[in-house]
Amino acid sequence: MKNKILISGNEALAEAAIQAGCKAYFGYPITPQNEIPEYMSRRMPEEGRVFIQAESELAAINMVLGASASGVRTMTTSSSPGISLMQEAVSYMAGDELPCVIANVARGGPGLGNIAGAQGDYFQSVKGGGHGDYNLIVIAPASVQEMADLTFTAFDMADKYRTPVIILADGYLGQMMEAAQIEKKAIQSIKKDWALTGAKGRKPNIINSMYLADDALEKHNQKLQEKFQKIKKELCLVEEISTTDADIIFVAYGTSARICKSVIINLRANKIKAGLIRPITLWPFPTETIKQAALHAGFFLTVEMSAGQMVEDVRLSVEGKAPVYFYGRMGGGVPEEEKIIELVEKLHRESK
Amino acid sequence: MKNKFGLPESMKDTVTFYCPGCGHGIIHRIVAEVIDELNIREITIGIAPVGCAVLAYNYLNIDMAEAPHGRTPAVATGIKRVQPDKIVFTYQGDGDLAAIGTGEIIHTASRGENITTIFVNNAVYGMTSGQMAPTTLLKQKTTTTPLGREAKTAGFPLRVPEMLKSLEGTVYLARETVIAPKNIMTLKKYIRKAFDVQIKGLGFSLVEVLSPCPVNLRLDPIKAYKWVEENMVPYYPLGEIKNNIL
Repeated sequence: MKNKILISGNEALAEAAIQAGCKAYFGYPITPQNEIPEYMSRRMPEEGRVFIQAESELAAINMVLGASASGVRTMTTSSSPGISLMQEAVSYMAGDELPCVIANVARGGPGLGNIAGAQGDYFQSVKGGGHGDYNLIVIAPASVQEMADLTFTAFDMADKYRTPVIILADGYLGQMMEAAQIEKKAIQSIKKDWALTGAKGRKPNIINSMYLADDALEKHNQKLQEKFQKIKKELCLVEEISTTDADIIFVAYGTSARICKSVIINLRANKIKAGLIRPITLWPFPTETIKQAALHAGFFLTVEMSAGQMVEDVRLSVEGKAPVYFYGRMGGGVPEEEKIIELVEKLHRESK
Repeated sequence: MKNKFGLPESMKDTVTFYCPGCGHGIIHRIVAEVIDELNIREITIGIAPVGCAVLAYNYLNIDMAEAPHGRTPAVATGIKRVQPDKIVFTYQGDGDLAAIGTGEIIHTASRGENITTIFVNNAVYGMTSGQMAPTTLLKQKTTTTPLGREAKTAGFPLRVPEMLKSLEGTVYLARETVIAPKNIMTLKKYIRKAFDVQIKGLGFSLVEVLSPCPVNLRLDPIKAYKWVEENMVPYYPLGEIKNNIL
């Protein structure tokens, strides 16, 4: 596939997973991500790989656990309520140090909510989600092209760090169609000598997260925390637009970031110097980038399709060096350019 | 003279944490002997449940994973589908399989997953110290049925192989107990058949084992064995419940 094709975000993610060497996909239908299991049900058998429509999201993520324990690249996808159901196994996999990719094509919540795109699952994705001390690598695409590209990244990072990776998209990104190029890339081959492949000529391998002996669990946690610190040091993806001379800096990810990009063009046409910091990895969070920007920015405006979740991390990064404001819509609502511009102009006037 | 009763290669030379009189030790050994006899130790992967047998991976000398409570058959499915050439079995208690994991066992069986399940039924929650299990008998006292299990408020004890029998995907379903040598010999035969079903690629097989839990039955081991014989066996009939091996 050398040329660009018109494709939906969901299907781009699915095809990219196949190109990234995903050997087993397990899922359960839930809107707005149904195109992914549908696409996989056709393409995975074509490639001689495994597809199962599980009886629940619980079963799906635990099949992922089994496939991952076998040492293959594996993925599940769902949307917010389904991702909530998976959290127990995600915590196990973090404790087990099992790599996998989980895509959340998020929708409005809480509860059954609705089927429109939303960003209300930030806390769940970034702050843990399940029980115990752990972090997940969280990657937030903002276009159909990135739905594909970042899926490759997700599989590579999962294997590299032996940890589950969440792709946090939303219903809009899943459903929209854009021109995208999905190319087969060289797969980073990592030796998985910990995998359960039968104890032939070696001691048995065990995949577990339970440590009962004195101090054993704390030691295991320390090892995990060292890994999370290493990831923080090594991995941070962020896009900066027009931030060098910006008085006003937007911080937004995914669909919200797309809107902010358009807002910036409008504001700059009106001689208001605005810029954008777009975290691509939500964990690790681009704390340093924001901290540096806080040294010269007049103020920050975080835009989210939530009641204000990422804004907490922006405030922690800014460390009180500049005002941090928030604008958000909830329950599937999408921030409108005019409303954002209105707010920025008001804040800009007041800050003078 | 050749030593005929040694440690199976599929068992680790270690002391188990199981309580005195518990049936798990016998069942582990039988599973290990069958794995040895079928010469499949190096291609076998076991899944331990949440419950007393969670530490099975410390005792069995094979590759093993630990699964979240009740999700054991789903984990086994993931392993077997990507490694169809391996022998995959789950080892589950009554809480893991017949309460929290009912959905997984039914659908795994219904899909006819080519795996084997060893289902240990001791009529009580052992690891959490004696609460009602889905297989707790009527009138049986547990820490959460202090006056005895009543059908009106706590429902009826679940007969798992009978329930799974109607599913097209199930090939071999049997029930035995470990309360006497004769039973143990038959149990071994059943477990061997169950693994054979998988080796032949026929589909889902399950063997339920009625097992005494003296500590949580508040009985000494001898009385606990007798309790299984007098109370469990009449409600949970022994034998092959489904045999489509033909």
